[in-house]
Amino acid sequence: MQIYLPIAEVSVDAFAILGIGGLVGILSGMFGVGGGFLITPMLFFIGIPPAVAVATSASQVVASSVSGVMAHLKRRTVDLRMGLVLLIGGLIGAGAGVQLFAILRAMGQVDLVVQISYVVFLGIIGSMMFVESIRALRKSRHGSAPKRRKHNWIHALPFKMKFRVSGLYISVIPPLVAGALVGLLAAIMGVGGGFIMVPVMIYLLGMPTKVVVGTSLFQIIFVTGFATVMHAATNRTVDIVLAVVLLVGGAIGAQVGTLIGTKLRAEQLRILLASLVLIVVAKLVFDVLVEPAELYSISYQAGVGL
Amino acid sequence: MRMLVAVFVYLSTLLPVWAEDVVAGFSQDSISITTNFSGSEILIFGAVRREAPIARDTNLEVVVTVSGPSRPVTMRRKERFGGIWINRAFAHIDAAPTFYAVATSAPYRDTISSVSDVLYSISLPRAFRNVAGGADHASGFLEALARLRAEEGLYQINENSIDLREDTLFSTSIALPANLVEGDYLVRIFLTREGRVISAHENTIAVRKVGIERAAYRLANEQPLLYGFLALLIAIAVGWLVSALFRMIRA
Repeated sequence: MQIYLPIAEVSVDAFAILGIGGLVGILSGMFGVGGGFLITPMLFFIGIPPAVAVATSASQVVASSVSGVMAHLKRRTVDLRMGLVLLIGGLIGAGAGVQLFAILRAMGQVDLVVQISYVVFLGIIGSMMFVESIRALRKSRHGSAPKRRKHNWIHALPFKMKFRVSGLYISVIPPLVAGALVGLLAAIMGVGGGFIMVPVMIYLLGMPTKVVVGTSLFQIIFVTGFATVMHAATNRTVDIVLAVVLLVGGAIGAQVGTLIGTKLRAEQLRILLASLVLIVVAKLVFDVLVEPAELYSISYQAGVGL
Repeated sequence: MRMLVAVFVYLSTLLPVWAEDVVAGFSQDSISITTNFSGSEILIFGAVRREAPIARDTNLEVVVTVSGPSRPVTMRRKERFGGIWINRAFAHIDAAPTFYAVATSAPYRDTISSVSDVLYSISLPRAFRNVAGGADHASGFLEALARLRAEEGLYQINENSIDLREDTLFSTSIALPANLVEGDYLVRIFLTREGRVISAHENTIAVRKVGIERAAYRLANEQPLLYGFLALLIAIAVGWLVSALFRMIRA
């Protein structure tokens, strides 16, 4: 079934879009990542103009995150207090990121910076998680319980706050800075930033894995919501018809993903996410190293309807 | 000046000999883009009106062009730099038609001379305006643009696709792809003899979005902030609804 998208001005297969939404929704529900880093390239692939793909996927991420957070709220696996602190940092970072993005765009090097940031950040995070979760899996198989709380430099910082749901008593500075950094990257890379936020929460802040997913989704809603409105107001690239079809697929997928997430063990979940991240990195590295079949590309200038 | 007058006088003496004129019609005057729009086809047909008997010494040919609204485009080319392939060279094209089709009644070169091609901007390269960004490789960018759009069915050169009968009746059909841009599509019909245009006829076909398509497009361009919040609201509502639905099913 073909549908015509009013803002993108292309006709696409509705089931392809439902499928993309559903697949990304499942990942979002399972891992607490918004899925922006997967949905945007997939939309490019089926012929949606890049500017529309980036802006519209932001609104899709909002919807799948809302659906995911509802499921997590019900199971009381969202640390609202931690989410708010991360969010304050995130909005500051995203605001700065939008400015930086404009400067890079004027220099004509947005594509390159985005690709390199993907490779660097996804690469580091993916391999860290992979090694860590394999180690954890091996340990738990040997029967010894993994060490829960590590005392590091983070506990020496001032302005301590109690995060009861996470069972933490730490300074607000690390979550604020982490939120801001993720917000900055999120704005430049055009994604929710869950794939960076989740490892930061687990490894840097020491939050329990069960709470991490819901809390990450909670702050992603606001960061991507902010991005959606910004894109619509400045670039006019949010396609409401595309968004709705993606949303229906995505929201259903998110519920399925949350169900799968509760069935799997935390270590298995981490290995899966790490593998997924590493696959995306490999694809990106391959793309920039191998001579592309098509050297030329058409890009439309912003503000002319596309 | 005298030269110019001389040319006009010369041309005017030629005209009566080829007093042939186009009368044309289309299968549809407007095309509506609805939610399930998946492309369309327009049939362009017509007749040659003439006072004198048909001239047999030269061949009469017909050329039809259909052009969509023009928009600016930036073309980029990837180059190897420090071991990786990145976008390096680029060219800005101030105006490139979003759709362009040329149909002829004979091989292209036999229907129109290069002078007439320039004069009437008939072939595709004549439709591009103001190419900036390094003239030395600008042609490479234009070729690439033409190739990429031809692959999508947006640029078409259909030689020998006009059916011309008895040097009087002609018809052709032009396929419009699904990824059509809204606007007025200019249809031009030329009659040529020996590569020279002897009669030209112009008309437009309106391509318009209707219904939801129209409403969304207008709101996005006239009230962008409101549209952004609306998109956000819809996103949250759908996310919440599906979540509520799942809870109901599981309960």
